[in-house]
Parts: sequence; structure tokens; C-alpha cells
Amino acid sequence: MASHELTGTPGKGFDAAVAQESAWSGGGSPYAIGSKKLGMWLFIVSDAITFSALLIAYSYARVASVDWPMPFHFWPSIIKATVMTFVLLTSSVTMVMAVHAGKLERRATAAKWIAATMLGGLTFIVLHALEWRDLIHEGVRLFQNPWGTPLFGAAFFTLTGLHMTHVAIGVVYLGVVATLFARGRLSSEDVEVSGLYWHFVDLVWMFIFPLVYLLSVRMG
Amino acid sequence: MTQASEHVEHAHVGASTRIFLYVWFWLLGLTGVEVFLAYEHLGVKVMLTLLMGVSIIKASLIIAYFMHLRYERRSLALTLMPALVFVVVLLFVFFPDSLRLLHMRPR
Repeated sequence: MASHELTGTPGKGFDAAVAQESAWSGGGSPYAIGSKKLGMWLFIVSDAITFSALLIAYSYARVASVDWPMPFHFWPSIIKATVMTFVLLTSSVTMVMAVHAGKLERRATAAKWIAATMLGGLTFIVLHALEWRDLIHEGVRLFQNPWGTPLFGAAFFTLTGLHMTHVAIGVVYLGVVATLFARGRLSSEDVEVSGLYWHFVDLVWMFIFPLVYLLSVRMG
Repeated sequence: MTQASEHVEHAHVGASTRIFLYVWFWLLGLTGVEVFLAYEHLGVKVMLTLLMGVSIIKASLIIAYFMHLRYERRSLALTLMPALVFVVVLLFVFFPDSLRLLHMRPR
């Protein structure tokens, strides 16, 4: 019983009972989770530090500048960003449903929930692309803008660009996972691991939205 | 036996779904609070602190419930989170300098 392998062959789920047993008895799983899930958690922590560094550097420049531009009107920018937050949060809930369906081995249902999550991600990307287009149209560039300190463009495009890259990679990743899971070539643990990534992308936006948008609203 | 265990599983999923919807409502509500705060006339320092506070609450909800960390072994959270918090706190070491710069600027 205790000599089960924990490597997780495709289609065969991670055996939680075996992992629980082996915590301090020479087993390889003190956290009682599979190695893929632990790997994703470690990646998430390192990626979180990357985003933290960027966000703190941005906040530093934001607080230290007297002429930081405040270009975001309530309509359309703030409304649009709030809708984007709503879309991303909702896609996290559909991802949770996908992981649940996956645990119950309802593969077709799980694939449908993942498809709903991908739709949320694509909506987010489209709305954000429109926002970028509008700002570029108003004259914002990486190193210049019509309103104030030129750092604004660099900060805005770097932060939101890196985040949008994560969302785009997430949509592709989820598409691959949904297809292979529906065909029985991945285990429910793989769906859970992709879910962790998606929730992390959602989490990062919870910091970008207030710091980048809400700190630079145009009053009145 | 199988029917009974299936029933238990269904009940479990139902309860969890309700918790996740509850968390979702809270996250949306806190987002609304943030948008409201943005239109209050507060200084940038106070605003930054308040918005960061609400965002950290939202992030904790996502990590604990959506990312399921609350239901994992405690050892996982204790391995991952202190390292992250420690690095972020270290990154903040230089932050007071931004306020100093602001005051040094010629008006």
C-alpha cells in the first residue's frame, strides 16, 4: 500500500491517502499534494515576487511624482476596468466549478466549465486591448504622454502588458488542458494545477486595478 | 454503499459551491468599495494604504478559497507564504524614500 508511486501517470490521479501516510516515514510528500501542484505553487510564489517588484516600483514612482497623470475618466475607463474585474472574478468561479467537475471525473462538464473560463479570459483581453487603443490614440507612449511625467506610459504598459501576457498564456494553457482532459489524457490534478495558475492571474489583477486605475482617476 | 458515498459527495459539492459563490459576492463587494474610495478626496498616502488593505483582503480570499490553500495541509501555507511576505517586506525597505523625494522637490 505504502509503496505506491507518486509520480502521477496520465489519467491516473494523485493518491492522497498514500501521501498522507508517508509524511514523516521516508515518503516524498510532506505536503500531501502531487509534485505538479507543488511545482505550480512554487512558480506562483516566484511570479508573485516579480509582480510585487514591479508594483512596488510603480507605487514608488507614483508617490514621488507631483505631476503623475490622472487620465482615467469614470466613463469609459473606470467602468471598463470594473467590468474587467467582474469578468475575471467570475471566470475564477467557473474555474472552481471545472476543478470540482474534474474531481468527480465528469470530463465533458469540466471541459465546458473551462471553456466558460476561457471565454472570460478572452473578454478580458478584448476589453483591455480597447483600453490600450484608446490611450495610444490619446497620445500615451512608452516614454511620453500629453499630461505629465513620462514614466506613466512605461509603468502602465509594462504592468498591464505583463499581466495581459499572463492572461493570454492562461487562455492557451486552459484550452490545452480542457482538450486533453476531455480525451482522458490528463488527470483531474492537471485541471486543478491549471486552476491555480488562473486564480493567480485573477489575484494579480486585484492589485493592478486599484494601483494603476483607481489611484489615477480624473475627478469631476 | 456506493449510493451512500455518491450522496455524500453531492452534498459536499453543493456546500462548497455555496461557499465559493459567497466568496465571489464578497470579492465583488470589496471591488465596489475600492471604486467608491477612489472618488473620495484623500491624500495619495492614505488612499494607497486603504486600497492596499482592501486588495490584500481580496487576495487572501482568493488564495484561501479559490486556490484552496485553506484546505491543504498547514505545512504548505507555512512553506510558501512567509517567504513571499518576507521578500515583499524587504522590497518596501526603500519605500519611505519616495515620500522624502516628494518633499525635496522644488514646487
